[in-house]
Amino acid sequence: MTDDTPNATTRRGFLRGTAAVAGAGLAAASAARAATPDPLITEVQSYASGFGDPVDAAPYGMPIEFEKHVVRRNVEWLTESPVSSINFTPIHALEGTITPQGCAFERHHSGAIEMSKSDYRLMINGLVDQPLVFTFEDLLRFPRTMTTAFLECAANGGMEWGGAQLEGCQFTQGMIHNMEYTGVPLRLLLEEAGVQTAGKWVYAEGHDASSNGRSIPLEKALDDVMVAFFANGEALRKEHGYPVRLVVPGWEGNMWVKWLRRISVYDQPVDSREETSKYTDLMSDGQARKWTWIMDAKSVITSPSPQAPIRHGKGPLVITGLAWSGNGRIERVDVTTDGGVSWQPARITGDAKSKALTRFHLDIDWDGSELMLQSRAVDETGYVQPTKDALRAVRGLNTVYHNNGIQTWWVKADGEVENVEVA
Amino acid sequence: MSKSLNLLIGAGLAVSVLSGPVLAGQMGLGRPAMPEEIAAWDMTVLPDGTGLRPGSGDVLTGEEVFGEKCASCHGEFAEGIDSWPVLAGGQGTLTDRRPVKTIGSYWPHLSTVWDYVHRSMPFGGAQTVTVDETYAITAYLLYSNGLVEDDFVLSDQNFAEVSLPNEGGFYPDDRPDREYPMFRTEPCMANCGAPVKVTKRAIDLRVTPTDPDGRPAGTLPDLMILASAAAAPSAEPAAAMEAAAPAAQASQAIDPNLIADGEKVFKKCAACHKVGEGAKNGTGPQLNAIVGRTIGGVEGYKYSKTLVGMGEEGKVWDEAALDGFLEKPKSYAKGTKMSFAGLKKESDRAALIAYLSTLTE
Repeated sequence: MTDDTPNATTRRGFLRGTAAVAGAGLAAASAARAATPDPLITEVQSYASGFGDPVDAAPYGMPIEFEKHVVRRNVEWLTESPVSSINFTPIHALEGTITPQGCAFERHHSGAIEMSKSDYRLMINGLVDQPLVFTFEDLLRFPRTMTTAFLECAANGGMEWGGAQLEGCQFTQGMIHNMEYTGVPLRLLLEEAGVQTAGKWVYAEGHDASSNGRSIPLEKALDDVMVAFFANGEALRKEHGYPVRLVVPGWEGNMWVKWLRRISVYDQPVDSREETSKYTDLMSDGQARKWTWIMDAKSVITSPSPQAPIRHGKGPLVITGLAWSGNGRIERVDVTTDGGVSWQPARITGDAKSKALTRFHLDIDWDGSELMLQSRAVDETGYVQPTKDALRAVRGLNTVYHNNGIQTWWVKADGEVENVEVA
Repeated sequence: MSKSLNLLIGAGLAVSVLSGPVLAGQMGLGRPAMPEEIAAWDMTVLPDGTGLRPGSGDVLTGEEVFGEKCASCHGEFAEGIDSWPVLAGGQGTLTDRRPVKTIGSYWPHLSTVWDYVHRSMPFGGAQTVTVDETYAITAYLLYSNGLVEDDFVLSDQNFAEVSLPNEGGFYPDDRPDREYPMFRTEPCMANCGAPVKVTKRAIDLRVTPTDPDGRPAGTLPDLMILASAAAAPSAEPAAAMEAAAPAAQASQAIDPNLIADGEKVFKKCAACHKVGEGAKNGTGPQLNAIVGRTIGGVEGYKYSKTLVGMGEEGKVWDEAALDGFLEKPKSYAKGTKMSFAGLKKESDRAALIAYLSTLTE
């Protein structure tokens, strides 16, 4: 950005252009500025004359610098230690349904460990005919399947349970990602070891120090659980469990054990720390729900939102958002602009896959007045995403996990957006 | 050496087994797990006590081990320091607005305590607690929750006799019965009620991370402002650079990339050690001006006897001392309270020390 860059002359041209625009008022719509020719059009730009980067400038490419704000972010006060912590996917800045691995949220209980494929071992033991050890190479020789699935932390939206707290859908709903996985059905590995008739549960644990063990009913393990080693067409990233993680479609993210080390078959659940002391839902009567594995239907408008204010003024406005259900496909998403007095169906864009993120859009002509934006997902079972009040009426104020309540964004006349609670 | 030989022999055996028709599955992939391997990895203890290893430990031993290995985060009395988990107390609070969920008030099974302590604690040094120490710590946690007397001895023999107060406090997910019928109804589309009012605004709480301009962190840039204007030099950055100059001079010989790498490594330490302006002692002492400081030299921090002794001998945290300590804290300073396992990679240690050397008072 100094004057000795090759395009310095042109850059000064840019600056002159900007000064002119600034004088005319930056906030004005582009149509209002058309009186002055746009130097970006009338002047020959360096990129239109000289060379761009050669091939191999980045053997593995990163997003261009102009996208550097599109990153995972954490909220430091949430946890005592960054190795047992969480960050958030920048869903306000993404489109479509697939989350790039590099900005997909992380949750570690003891830090993201570094393990090579050659050092990788997976053990299957417990109530099986033959306890087995697999290498990574062994896993590559089983027939593969593919599935696209959302992973949502059970605590996504948990900070919002008592009321609006954080400014931005990255922070309120960003403990979620959606990837296309390739791997081996867990069923095939269990069949290889031979599950005994007394076996009713499998227990999955990781190689990391936390182990993060979770019990899964055998029925689910034999249904759609996958031992995955590719995500979005490439190897899993370290922070997502390289080289092998469990994929448990529709169920809370904590069960998707990363750096998968062992699957053991038992006649009972282990009731590990992660499924008793944590990830259980304390109800208002002091009793707690356990085994609350399924993530119920939910949606959120990703833009406009507090980190994605409207800057273009009134007129055509794209409302975009995500919807998902752990119980199947998203059937419909309704959007309200008046805080729930009247609703209209949004457009489902692309495929609505079972237990995967679904994109919706609603194109409106914004008159520049205040909006109370909400979205409401309906899944194929007919379940309608409830309000937070409706959930709190059943569960009380102490269940922090599994908040799938409706999110409200207050859009101001100037296009700024706030996270609010309404009644 | 003998370890890798054993592995090779094991691998050889496995190959010969694979060629036979022993396996249960159809693919013939993988190899039988050996009993030693299962014993090494399968440490799980079930609620009925299945999987417990033979051994025992008493409350008083447990108090000692807990003080050494656990108290730096959980507190001497398991009361929890800062936001680290509270392990004792809280009984009768589960219906309060702020319930205190501890082993005594919330956890259903003692097996979970034993399993987790033995498998995953202490934080940063998992699998360093022996079987007998695990019994002792578990016994101490029962004692600190008022569930046993101070002469109690816990062993694999009497483990099943102990039950926790909240064992009956959990029931399987009842959303399908209790919530789904309520929420599986055709929703209202028009005239659904009176206009809404804002009752709470997140902005009032001011707990969201922000960008330098005060907006929520990660706010999308305004595309009406040309990129070249956003990059235009302003007076502010220059002033900031001048202010930073003295600190930069102090560490002028060190590669800035190394310092940046070290700052990343420091994230592993940041849970316990604070740095920067006004840094206070936490679980560990604050680390401003640590390089060159007398060992055990921060006022108001209660060091282990070992580190106090080293300081009295006149030892200082020079690069060699830091390198040795950071590689294996418990070997370099036997008895240190720091539960961190150490940084194996020399490059990590070098980067961290470079970063630490930039920290001034």
